[in-house]
Amino acid sequence: MEIVTSEFFQRALIGGLLIGVTAPLMGLFLVLRRLSMIGDTLSHVSIAGVALGFLIGVYPVAMGLVFAIAASFAIEKLRKAYKTYAELSIAIIMSGGVALASLLFSMGKNINVSSYLFGSIFTLNSTDLYVIGAVTVVVLIAIRTQVKELFLLTFDEDAAAVSGLPVKFYNVMISVLTALVISVSIKIVGALLVSALLTIPAACSLIVARSFKQSVITVVIIGELAVVIGLLIAGIWNLAPGGTIVLLLIAVLLVLLAFRRGVRTGN
Amino acid sequence: MGQSNSNTSSSTSCHQEVISLENVSFSFQQQAVISDLSFAVKERDFIGLIGTNGAGKTTLLRMIVGLLKPTSGTIRLFGENVNEFKQWERIGYVPQKNNFNPLFPATVHEVVMSGLYGRNKIFKKISKADYKKSDDALLAMGIFDLKDKRIGQLSGGQQQRVFLARALINNPSLLILDEPTKGIDTETQESFFHMIKHMHQHHNITFLMVSHDLDMIRSYLGEQAADQNGKLKFHIKHSHETQDCVENDLTHSLKGLREQMESRKEVVLIGDRN
Repeated sequence: MEIVTSEFFQRALIGGLLIGVTAPLMGLFLVLRRLSMIGDTLSHVSIAGVALGFLIGVYPVAMGLVFAIAASFAIEKLRKAYKTYAELSIAIIMSGGVALASLLFSMGKNINVSSYLFGSIFTLNSTDLYVIGAVTVVVLIAIRTQVKELFLLTFDEDAAAVSGLPVKFYNVMISVLTALVISVSIKIVGALLVSALLTIPAACSLIVARSFKQSVITVVIIGELAVVIGLLIAGIWNLAPGGTIVLLLIAVLLVLLAFRRGVRTGN
Repeated sequence: MGQSNSNTSSSTSCHQEVISLENVSFSFQQQAVISDLSFAVKERDFIGLIGTNGAGKTTLLRMIVGLLKPTSGTIRLFGENVNEFKQWERIGYVPQKNNFNPLFPATVHEVVMSGLYGRNKIFKKISKADYKKSDDALLAMGIFDLKDKRIGQLSGGQQQRVFLARALINNPSLLILDEPTKGIDTETQESFFHMIKHMHQHHNITFLMVSHDLDMIRSYLGEQAADQNGKLKFHIKHSHETQDCVENDLTHSLKGLREQMESRKEVVLIGDRN
């Protein structure tokens, strides 16, 4: 139990609490726009950035961010080229990212690859926390001030354009914010698991929320609960934190699905 | 005396061009969808566009609201080039109903309110007056009781009223509807058109509506709109007071559109000035 009071655990908790707000929030917009797979793609490309960061001695998270943003623009370009087969662009960029990452990792020495694939929240240092804090502030300000525009865009992009909303600007904004959140989340839950933190809270909210406002509240509550309880379980029983958090999220989803079935059958 | 008065007032309002197209063409993958089309829609016109799939009616509509750029030609809204047009709150747009996910977590109230969130409201907070506008629009559409329901739970006809309420929340002077009754049963369609007809007759709203449905035009303009073969012809429904005005411009201003559409043998244009 003394692990809970240790400094590294508390850093993990703070980092987790911040990501537990931002990742589900951005994920909600992605899921509602049917872009769930974007999270996976950006995080895989982001690992390539991390690898390059290690190789050339630049802060890996920053390099990961640059790669994630570049990837989000590349996806948009490819989506336009293939139009009706838009998901192709996601598959291409994702495998491209992993390929590049494996190449770069093989060129470097002494890099703990698995800590970026599966996360290593207990190794967060204070620089990481400052970066995560800054990203959280940016995301929360953007969502707080633009939530009604983001709702309109997410619900009906054509109507948004006809009402004079600069749709391109908002699309870029969503891409950049998502890339920011993903690149700082990698160290917490790992590149392979980031997408769970983005999409599963949103999946839960689709089951329980009756309004958009409720769905925003739901994703944050579920994200935070999973992160805090997951970290405690992982810390006490010495399990992988990223995996624990994600499995907990899936458990919540299953419970909600079962509960809804009960409601539907009339009991 | 009284008559000349009403003539002057109506002729000024009649001459306000709400939509105008000059030599507009649109090609997609080297194929001309719309070629060299010119026409004008004036204040309080009711224009219905019907035709088979691929006839270019939705393309035309999307160009008018600025979602597609014409390959050549100029489109004006309220006299201003669509590329520079800023007063989007004057236009209510009801897109095809089936383009949202039924699981989307949004209440009727949230959807109707979103009609206010245009470019003029960025960074502005929602005010009490905005809530009032939403309630008024919901009441006008007879869906106030459904306010807190999730939009996906409603029937097709109810959803269509929600989108109409969203389009009406800014008190638009032009309403553009893209296949408003697609996938809705006949009875609901009838009450929908009844409502639209009422809005056209009692409020100062210009209508442009696209449909692939002959029945819907019939329900608006009556059986005389259809000829013996069940096909529709260009038909203008006059009302008494503004007949001069109609003769002056509706037939004339829509001539280009009519010729274009009839030459394609797929699209028919129906016009009405109230």
